[in-house]
Amino acid sequence: MNIEAVLREATPKVRARLVGEFRDFDLAEDVLQEALLKAWKNWREHGLPDYPAAWLTTVAKRQAIDILRRKQVHERALAHESASVQIFSEDVEREIDLFQDDLLKLIFVCCHPALALESQVALTLRAVVDLSLEQIARGFLLSLSAIEQRLVRAKRKIKQAGIPYEIPATREFPERLTGVLTVVYLIFNEGYTATTGPDLLDTNFCEIGIRLGRQLARLIRGHSEILGLLSLMLLQHSRAAARVDYAGDLVLLDNQDRSVWNRLLIREGCLLLDKALALKQPPGAYQVQAAIAAVHSLADSPEDTDWQEIEALYNKLVQLQPSSIVRLNRVVAVAMAQSVEAGLRELDKLSTEKSLAGFYLYHSTRGALLLRVERFVDAVQSYQVALGLAKNEREQTFLRRQIDIIQAQISEKNR
Amino acid sequence: MRYMLLIYDNENLELSDSEQQAVFAEYGVFTKEVQSNGVFEAGDPLHKTETATTVRVRDGASAQTDGPFAETREQLGGYYILNCETLDEAVGYAAKIPSAKYGSIEVRPILEFD
Repeated sequence: MNIEAVLREATPKVRARLVGEFRDFDLAEDVLQEALLKAWKNWREHGLPDYPAAWLTTVAKRQAIDILRRKQVHERALAHESASVQIFSEDVEREIDLFQDDLLKLIFVCCHPALALESQVALTLRAVVDLSLEQIARGFLLSLSAIEQRLVRAKRKIKQAGIPYEIPATREFPERLTGVLTVVYLIFNEGYTATTGPDLLDTNFCEIGIRLGRQLARLIRGHSEILGLLSLMLLQHSRAAARVDYAGDLVLLDNQDRSVWNRLLIREGCLLLDKALALKQPPGAYQVQAAIAAVHSLADSPEDTDWQEIEALYNKLVQLQPSSIVRLNRVVAVAMAQSVEAGLRELDKLSTEKSLAGFYLYHSTRGALLLRVERFVDAVQSYQVALGLAKNEREQTFLRRQIDIIQAQISEKNR
Repeated sequence: MRYMLLIYDNENLELSDSEQQAVFAEYGVFTKEVQSNGVFEAGDPLHKTETATTVRVRDGASAQTDGPFAETREQLGGYYILNCETLDEAVGYAAKIPSAKYGSIEVRPILEFD
């Protein structure tokens, strides 16, 4: 096994252990980087140690204790030294469990509700996923200093407010887990449709979201929503190749080339969904969304789609998550399962929602339905409102094209 | 770590005598809990904001005005100072403060000087 791969695999675990031990992200990072350099030199000469993560941790901790001793800050670190080095030499099977515990604690710290959501995301990407600041900045189209500031503030709050490095108590666990899943899905969604900028898909963030989901599924067993979220991400990601055309422009679900859908991801997504449902826990929103994605994924063509099933699932989803976006998506399902007129009627019921008035998808959905019943002028109007609100360049291009197509049809009619 | 739990609620809520008594009783239960858990350091209700006086010193001149420094929908009605291990512990207690059900509790770490 090559050294670089071993180091890459061990790094998050060791970081998690060091952060948990010294409660100091920056100190942990400094000694970790030093230990990685030492490992690189030492292992090339002497070969890989039996327990690489333990090796790195021991070396890093020794240096951290030295630094702290010199700073005369943490006396407890001295007491720690002999105790914990023993753990690694005697109790090596437990080492794997201890690292998993550390990683879990780190995840829960990074996703603590006392931190602003954007800080949770940035901290998770930095400390758990190991992205560089540049990568994070690029992913969110923010400046490097903006990300730096966000991270500095978050770490400062963790220290000053006393945010604990703990796996939450049983009573708080479900809510805290929901918070973690929210962060993971936010990361995935940033990749699924980049909110602003020229590219529709930033595949990396999708893959990172999925990796995080897999990690959580391994670390926390028996929670159906984790499996539900992972299933949802896999099923959505299975369409990545078909969602953009050769020019990088948006392709609607109806028009996608289903032969390039990733069947392996679909299969895995469906299997995970089955596993989630088999746990017989009250179904959560992610599982229902995954089920909807699964119905689409299993249809060979748009005409084969079981829209009645999808409508039923959306009715369930609205109960769990009555957000305007969910209700908007339900409208599409109603339009397909019943009739376009029924869909437009449901859409009208939502017209008083303030949050939807400024949401481009509401207007583009309206435009699409109006187009289907050949109310061309009204459709153009809706699409134009949508265009004014859309921020992603690819989506703007798509909307402009729709408007052009409909206006061409209007001219045809008037001839 | 010491935390100050600042209790904000609408002091203009008209409560009947029996409702008032019920709230006092709830606060009594809470105070007893934090005292017996050994985390209680201080805690007091405050008189309404109409009793407040705001002091500002600008350019060496001290000025007093009647009332709180800001007119807000919720007013500072009391506080607790609790000594807790972690923020989560302090937040856990904050959620048990009776006013948390209809007001807001701000939890802030106290800046210590060693």
